[in-house]
Amino acid sequence: MGDRIPAGGTTRCDMPFAVETRDLTRIFAGKKRIRRKRHASEGEDGSGPVTALDHVAMEIHDGELFGLLGPNGAGKTTLIKILATLLLPTSGEAYVAGHDVAKDPFPIRQQINMVCGGETSGYGLLTTRENIWMFSQFYGVPSKVSKARIDELMHVFGLWDKRDTKVRMLSTGQRQKMNMIRGFVTDPSILFLDEPTLGLDVNAARVIRDYVMNWVRKRTGKTVLLTTHYMMEADEMCDRIAIIDRGKILACDTPANLKRMIRHDTTFRLEVDTLHDVTSFGSIRGVKNFSHREDIATNRAHLTFILEDESPVAEILSRITTQASKVHSLQKSEPTLEDVFISMVGRGLE
Amino acid sequence: MSTYWRTFKVAAWLGWEMDSNWTEPWLFVLYSILKPVAGAFILVLMYVVFATIGNTEDPSMFAYMYVGNAFFIFVASTLFGTFQVIQSDREWYQTIRYVYISPISYYVYILGRAASKVAVATFAVVVTLAFGIAFLGVEMGLSLADVPVLVAAFVLGIAVLLAIGICLGGISFLTAKHVHGLAEGIPGLFYVFCGVLFPLSALPEWGRSVGQAIPLTYWFDLTRRILVPGTSIDRTLNAYDDLTILLLLFASSLVFFALSVIIFRIGEYVARKAGKIDMTTSY
Ligand SMILES: Nc1ncnc2c1ncn2[C@@H]1O[C@H](COP(=O)(O)OP(=O)(O)OP(=O)(O)O)[C@@H](O)[C@H]1O
Ligand SMILES: [Mg+2]
Repeated sequence: MGDRIPAGGTTRCDMPFAVETRDLTRIFAGKKRIRRKRHASEGEDGSGPVTALDHVAMEIHDGELFGLLGPNGAGKTTLIKILATLLLPTSGEAYVAGHDVAKDPFPIRQQINMVCGGETSGYGLLTTRENIWMFSQFYGVPSKVSKARIDELMHVFGLWDKRDTKVRMLSTGQRQKMNMIRGFVTDPSILFLDEPTLGLDVNAARVIRDYVMNWVRKRTGKTVLLTTHYMMEADEMCDRIAIIDRGKILACDTPANLKRMIRHDTTFRLEVDTLHDVTSFGSIRGVKNFSHREDIATNRAHLTFILEDESPVAEILSRITTQASKVHSLQKSEPTLEDVFISMVGRGLE
Repeated sequence: MSTYWRTFKVAAWLGWEMDSNWTEPWLFVLYSILKPVAGAFILVLMYVVFATIGNTEDPSMFAYMYVGNAFFIFVASTLFGTFQVIQSDREWYQTIRYVYISPISYYVYILGRAASKVAVATFAVVVTLAFGIAFLGVEMGLSLADVPVLVAAFVLGIAVLLAIGICLGGISFLTAKHVHGLAEGIPGLFYVFCGVLFPLSALPEWGRSVGQAIPLTYWFDLTRRILVPGTSIDRTLNAYDDLTILLLLFASSLVFFALSVIIFRIGEYVARKAGKIDMTTSY
């Protein structure tokens, strides 16, 4: 083919990727035992099979901070679980640190760790420190080293004054910080973070983001795969991002390049009164895609339009006003990662 | 090997913390003594009822059921101690995914967790026996020459129990509800058919066959022969001498160990395939 092979440097085949998947597919069988006879593709009614990952192919380099960005139910957690050897793929292959997740999980486990945000795991009767220490022992971290690391990390994550508190007395956020420390204390080469800042206050989230970024950038051979549905988080932290929706990877590139994909487009954001009909916006000439989100608290709708140029704005406004809806704000803005997502699927991330 | 040992140690430590650390140490000790003593009183009550109904009073019968019940403490706590590890890590502590993805043998981890239950049970059995001898007139005799056999039988009996417990654990990877029933039903089955409370000879023909098919029956019989040499309540297993029973126990512990590894592997594989390792059923 026409592709030129780069002269010199390492070809990718020499160095195994930290993570590599090929045609990775995961289908969850429906919940109910007695299933109505339907085709496997029909999974929307909640009882049929769900395709959580659909022929996912991706490569994460050693030393990369890689983000998976997608809305709820996109398949992010499923992918992380497969890579962390917790779940088997239905078909396709996945390699972590060069080992097959299905056939050879043990050497993978020696090199990875995982932290899931928004959950409250931990042994309530142990103290925070004991709990983390115990997990480090499963990885053979020498007790002294482990204790020193725990103390250091507790200072970093602001859990120092809770070091001897029983886990059952911790708040949800404090437990999450404890779990973060549990993830770092084993010093893995590949760390999977599933929504690490979910439910944390702004400061704690900030601290965690900074720590993760430093951890990857200041040391060699550390790889992080992070999932999030906060586009700002993905944008700020990640070297590369895969945008995932309904089990499919729609795009995978650096944040800058992803945003460049829609650089010729114009993004408009509107805040209006609740609308009766939003589907018709799609038929306006020059509208490439749009998203619509109702804010129940304020009784307003947020619209984001990806436009070829500014010409459809007048038509959009007139359709809004004919629905007797008032426009509260209209703003032309720089494209964000969410806009990239909207341009591809016509929905927002939230 | 060192990984196994390390895993076992840490898991045993965790199990011990959970078993003992829920209250003040002195309260824990008090509880550990009072609980088996309370159990002993229930036995006395049961015996009185039996004696009244049967209109007989046979001290050796009391010794029979007393020792049987004391050792039954091992059955309940070892089976439950292994089976509930998966259940509790999954549903209550929600730590199972992190334990599972760590580079350890989960099987050994379960054994470690159960070790503390075995230790607590051993203490309870000793307290029960001592209480029986001191206050309830249970006549026990243990000749020094029999100690090695008793210890060997103890180790093998616990091994069989642990293996059965892990089989249950393997199944509980897949389902939460039914295993709970099993974990309660199986000890009940053993209680009736293994010569714990009443001798095998009191069972109907088919019940005796069931009893003789369960290795624990032999364990109870051997233990009782050594600890209460005076009783001749039950002659069903008299054809087997001590060594034969030890061999039988050894063979069954091997069989159950193999079975537990297989069931555990299958359970683990199917759970990983179905995405059930870390399911919470809110059961
Ligand atoms: N154990 C399971 N059994 C059945 N279906 C499942 C299971 N786990 C996930 N799914 C389904 O797979 C799809 C992907 O779920 P997944 O948890 O990977 O999404 P996600 O991207 O992590 O979403 P979120 O942002 O909400 O965490 C969903 O439709 C979900 O319902
Ligand atoms: Mg998720």
